[in-house]
Amino acid sequence: MELLKFLIDGLLLGFVYGVAAMGLSLIWGVMNVINLAHGPLISLGGFGVYLLFTGLGINPYLALMITALLGLLFGVAIYWVAIHRVINAPHLSTLLATFSVNMIIIGLGTALFSTTPRNVAYDLGSLTFGSITVPLARLIAALASLVVAAALYLFLYRTTPGKYVRAVANNRSAAELMGIHSNRVLALSFGLGVMLAAIAGGLIATIFPFTILSGSAYELKSFVIGVLGGLGNPLGALAGGLVLGMMEGVIPAYLPVTWVPVIEFLMFVLILLFRPTGLFGGKQ
Amino acid sequence: MISWRNPGLWPLLAIIAAVGIYPILANSDASREVIFTMLLSIALASSLNIILGYTGYVSFGHIVFFGLGGYTGLYLLSAWRSPLWLALLAGGLASGLLAFLLGKAILRLRGGYFALVTIGVNEAVRAFIVNFAPFGGPVGISLNFRIYKEYGGAGQALWLVYYLLLGLTLLAVVLSYLVKNSKFGLGLFAIRENEDAAEVMGVVTPNAKTWAYVLSAIIPGIVGVLFYFKNGNIEPGDAFRLNFSIELLVMVMLGGFGTVSGPILGAAGYQRLRGLLLTTPVLKDFQLVVAGVLLLIIILFIPAGAVGWLRQRFPRLRKALP
Repeated sequence: MELLKFLIDGLLLGFVYGVAAMGLSLIWGVMNVINLAHGPLISLGGFGVYLLFTGLGINPYLALMITALLGLLFGVAIYWVAIHRVINAPHLSTLLATFSVNMIIIGLGTALFSTTPRNVAYDLGSLTFGSITVPLARLIAALASLVVAAALYLFLYRTTPGKYVRAVANNRSAAELMGIHSNRVLALSFGLGVMLAAIAGGLIATIFPFTILSGSAYELKSFVIGVLGGLGNPLGALAGGLVLGMMEGVIPAYLPVTWVPVIEFLMFVLILLFRPTGLFGGKQ
Repeated sequence: MISWRNPGLWPLLAIIAAVGIYPILANSDASREVIFTMLLSIALASSLNIILGYTGYVSFGHIVFFGLGGYTGLYLLSAWRSPLWLALLAGGLASGLLAFLLGKAILRLRGGYFALVTIGVNEAVRAFIVNFAPFGGPVGISLNFRIYKEYGGAGQALWLVYYLLLGLTLLAVVLSYLVKNSKFGLGLFAIRENEDAAEVMGVVTPNAKTWAYVLSAIIPGIVGVLFYFKNGNIEPGDAFRLNFSIELLVMVMLGGFGTVSGPILGAAGYQRLRGLLLTTPVLKDFQLVVAGVLLLIIILFIPAGAVGWLRQRFPRLRKALP
């Protein structure tokens, strides 16, 4: 019974991890950029919800939607300022460009908010099913993640801009020949990736305390999940998130909890070595 | 091929040696500490440059070699009471061995995948050492203060470490120069430009890449032992700090990757800048922001780095700036 509780806790959290990883995976798939600013952007999502809630008294879930929109705009801005010029340069340039964004956000964030942990004090209580108690905030976070994943799927596969995004991911020059403004699509994709990071951060803020630095742990998890689900396959990332969440729930029942990252990163390295397209198929 | 009379190498070594000897002549502990950090960065950045700049493989978690070397060395020093030279040797060997074992496997991956896997390796090793009892687990290893007595007390040991680091830094620069000007180095450059073409032209790419990786790992391993011997203790969180790894990449980029003098200039410049930012009251809180903005400007507008830019702008300097 204990195990079932851990499993459910892990799974619910896994949905949120999945959203964070979807952002990373989308950016990789479309732009071939590893976004090293992903962690601080997750934290900023948390701060967005926190500030709107404690400062203006807006309901956290409404605040999450506002934060998501701000994230989208912020992501587009980051693309034009920091990435556009180096998008065709070797990997090192885009890695370091996004890392410099990371440094700027962490530097400003530490100076403005300090590193004292914050939390969104909005207690929803918990639900009890038989002998299992689930905090309502976690349940809502998981449901919200599912909605976000479904929305991303509908956007990518049922709308024209989504089709453009997929076309650019598939072959940028061919897409350009077909009359798609690839720069705008890249900017939009980066914006979407940042939006997903911000949503994940906002949801995490309703569950755990956070600081500007705590995002980097989720960034590393996003790498693992992204690889697990197949880099460049945003929907595989959701499945990867569930796998990771489950592992985090179940492994501590058998091994000391400090072994969890060892297994996670070992798995990460092994998958990259033997099946770089991930368990659920990624971009070739 | 290798010309010892190249006008670029000797001034470079002379400058490093002069800067390195200054604290010895001045007998100043404060300037020794400043120069220590600078020399450390030069040694690490020059080593990283062999795999990053010459071969074109972005080793993002390069700090794993520094940390592993440090751990191996400190373990020998504290548990086996081994002499320092043996610990240094073991640290270098451990890192070189890890690079060799990893090399064949992970150097098959190209571009972003390789960068990601090096992050994964660093995190995996860190997480493993947290659970590894002989290395002290999450607490790490602390050296007993008595160990320094064999080296004439703590004060004298600090100087000894400094001399050794100065020697190692010069060695790292010479190594980086030798590799660049050898046939092996040309093979690496060919891999960087086009790996498939290099293979067709007869470069045995898996071997060349693995040896480049090993060469870039050994000196960080030895330097790791020195650093943590001086420090007195080592912890997993500190030894495998990904940010330090990325700082090294920044140094190589600042100076100009693929050149011998670039990482030296980049490392010295970066540490100098960091020192300035940390000691300027107005900028202290925004140290990271200023560094980030500067990095971004360099990536966007001077991607070849300072030395690369000078070489492009003034072709005559190419001989003087290897």
